[in-house]
Amino acid sequence: MNRRNFLRNTGFVAAGSLFVPAFMKPLEAMALDELSLYKNLVVVQLSGGNDGLNTVVPFGNDIYYQKRKGIAIKPEEVIKLNDMQGLNPNMQALQEIYDQGWMTIINDVGYPNPDRSHFRSMDIWQTGSDSNQFLSTGWIGRYLDSNCQTCKFPYTAIEVDDSLSLAMKGQTKKGIALKDPAALYRNTNDPFFKAMLKSDKEHLDEDNLGYLYKTMIETQSSASYIQNTSKIYQSKSTYPQSGFANQLKTVSKFISSGLKTRVYYVSLSGFDTHVNQINQQGNLLKQYSEGMAAFLKDLKSNNKLEDTLVVTFSEFGRRVEQNASNGTDHGTANNMFVFGGKLKKQGIFNSAPNLSDLDTGDLKYQLDFRQVYGTILDKWLDVNNGDILNKKFNTLDFI
Amino acid sequence: MSAKDNFIKVKHLYNRAGFGISYPDLNKLSKRNINKVVDGLLQEPKKDDAITLVNDGESRRQMLVQAGLYAKKDLTDDEKKMRREIVQMQNEVSRDLNIAWVSKMINTDSPLREKMTLFWHGHFACRSNNPMYAQQLNNIQRQHGLGSFRTLLIEVSKSPAMLQYLNNQQNKKGKPNENFARELMELFTLGRGNYTENDIKESARAFTGWTYDKDGTFFFRKNQHDDGTKTFFGKIGNFEGENIIDIILDKPETATFISRKIYKFFVNDTPNEEHVKELANHFYNAKYDISEMMRKLFTADWFYSPENVGTKIKSPSEFLIGLSREFFVTYNKPQVLIQLQSSLGQYLFNPPNVAGWPGGQNWIDSSSLMLRMRIPSLVLNDGEIDFSGKADPEDEAVIALSRTATTMANNTKKPKSYVNAQADWPKFLDTLPKGLTPVELTEFLLQPKLNDKITRMVADNKGLRSTAVEITSMPEYQLC
Repeated sequence: MNRRNFLRNTGFVAAGSLFVPAFMKPLEAMALDELSLYKNLVVVQLSGGNDGLNTVVPFGNDIYYQKRKGIAIKPEEVIKLNDMQGLNPNMQALQEIYDQGWMTIINDVGYPNPDRSHFRSMDIWQTGSDSNQFLSTGWIGRYLDSNCQTCKFPYTAIEVDDSLSLAMKGQTKKGIALKDPAALYRNTNDPFFKAMLKSDKEHLDEDNLGYLYKTMIETQSSASYIQNTSKIYQSKSTYPQSGFANQLKTVSKFISSGLKTRVYYVSLSGFDTHVNQINQQGNLLKQYSEGMAAFLKDLKSNNKLEDTLVVTFSEFGRRVEQNASNGTDHGTANNMFVFGGKLKKQGIFNSAPNLSDLDTGDLKYQLDFRQVYGTILDKWLDVNNGDILNKKFNTLDFI
Repeated sequence: MSAKDNFIKVKHLYNRAGFGISYPDLNKLSKRNINKVVDGLLQEPKKDDAITLVNDGESRRQMLVQAGLYAKKDLTDDEKKMRREIVQMQNEVSRDLNIAWVSKMINTDSPLREKMTLFWHGHFACRSNNPMYAQQLNNIQRQHGLGSFRTLLIEVSKSPAMLQYLNNQQNKKGKPNENFARELMELFTLGRGNYTENDIKESARAFTGWTYDKDGTFFFRKNQHDDGTKTFFGKIGNFEGENIIDIILDKPETATFISRKIYKFFVNDTPNEEHVKELANHFYNAKYDISEMMRKLFTADWFYSPENVGTKIKSPSEFLIGLSREFFVTYNKPQVLIQLQSSLGQYLFNPPNVAGWPGGQNWIDSSSLMLRMRIPSLVLNDGEIDFSGKADPEDEAVIALSRTATTMANNTKKPKSYVNAQADWPKFLDTLPKGLTPVELTEFLLQPKLNDKITRMVADNKGLRSTAVEITSMPEYQLC
């Protein structure tokens, strides 16, 4: 096999190495010591608006019991974290994580003039916009766009799902969505698609056709890289049987096999509990907690926990007072969880929600969610948050 | 001008003004002067062409029951069940409405009318849980889509779907809700930067009392209306909603804003401001007659210049409808159309927000592109699609309800979905002239100019059918 054929057989590099455009530069160019400094962010989205008050229960506050006669968690059932707040009993799996100092709870995160529509509020959280501002790029997407040292590759951000969330879409760069690296690899290596990409340097210009080819090439090269890097890795940990845990297992596989991806995105949906909330939310929190605990322990055993930061959000919390159907309706501020092996402030980050000072029945926010993003961007992803969030946000001290 | 040039022009026109064209139609129209072809498009049947899937009587009956249940404090189990069932029925009808419109676009004899409806659907982006309201708004956009922009704007503003979506039900004298007034100017007419916060405040007062009644009919609530003096763009008067709209239309910025958006939708993602200005002047002088603007656009030389032909990324709707129309596709399980729309990022009747779908390169990411390139083989070759898609946030309540402890264990097994469609190949092949070569077929099916690579790829092909599947799976097929 001569060199030309060899290149051809390795897939997209058929144009010959002399003509390889910058975005296709091989990964080997990256020094090995860069690898060891690699820090990962995992974003976990709870879709539907998780009821934060029945997740981190303010059992020390009588108002909670007065307003939630049908659905309040009894004090003796709460997993107590301090004398005010504790976890929903379905989150037993996280107690050990909490006790290890791998978890931080941030209370009352929100934004001014909150929107109670799932769509709109999810957009706001994913784009990092103000509530009256419509952005068509996501906060992680804009991080990719910023062309920073840590975000050079098309696989810098991976969503473990079939389609890509707005959060992951930038103006010029986008994350990649995949559920199964082997399936994406097979797909992109379909003989027909490979034929399409042969000797195609003429299409790699700035117009729309060039953009399509560029996306196709990046997808193929990322799929090959992800598959080839991660296929050898075998996880020794056991995960619970759930779709969510499977997503995390895939993320762990990617992280532990040394993939140079910076951001992972996974989601768990079904939190819109207007009716008979107790069982529905309980099941989901159990899935969430057991999945997370398995994931974090897996990372720990692979020495990756210190390089990993996990952040969980939902598009809004729910109203303080329950509704007539033993459920809760759309509300505003909510708690966020941060996990990792290197947290600066462990445990409960700020004071519990004030249930006596409400805004027409809703919690007032203490912290803007973009302060949390800003902290992550500044301190974890090493970029200036003002460049990504369109204005500078003060950082917090949880990392 | 050669016949070949006209062939390319007509094909381009029908790709942009409609959803593609069949070979015999293209052949026939290529013999005509392009201005005559444009006239033909604009003179499409003006008969009442409304979608009538949602039964108004039945919807009103459900809404009455629903309103009664909402007003009650303690519901019995039966009543709760009834409330859930109504919501479920509405969701089901909403999906049927989506499919009805997609089918209409696939089968229509008035492609421009449907294309305009699709444009206005994105421009006046709106979501409604109530399928009767959604259907009403869609029919308004169809009926007036080629008529007077003023009428269209007023009808849309008075539709229950929009009044509800932009909270005008809560816009009352003394307690104004500015949502509608803001979006009216920012997204529907003038565009950002062409009005002040004070203009929003004052105009919101003029729209107080614009509501709808329990039957879903516009209703002006005089007692909620603020009939005091308002100052709007320097004019002072006891303005009503219609006065505000007229003042907004009086400003040429509105014509420019709409023309630019039309240009981006029909011509090029990157607007040429010279051309936009030309279009806007014409639109303004024609007193906002939409047909006149479209005639100007489709007969302009620049519309047919190379940088505007075969260079636009098809929206998911254009892609799916074009493909289905071209090959006479039957969907045995039409629900798959919803799944495909959702996976490709354009679930009709469910725009991401009031700003509509961003379009252009935003349609394309690694997963949506891979899916787009697989769909033709799946649709045309009756394949399986292993793609479960993402839950729509509005469906979260349904998901939450259907999740029980027993189904949880099964969650890891994701449901397989089937495109389950077939193309009518004999019918398609019958439309093609005898002796058409694979390269000629490629030239017909693709909008971008053929290059050597593609010519080489298909030149040795044996059959037209396999060639068609190949061509439609190419990145080039994503452009129109």
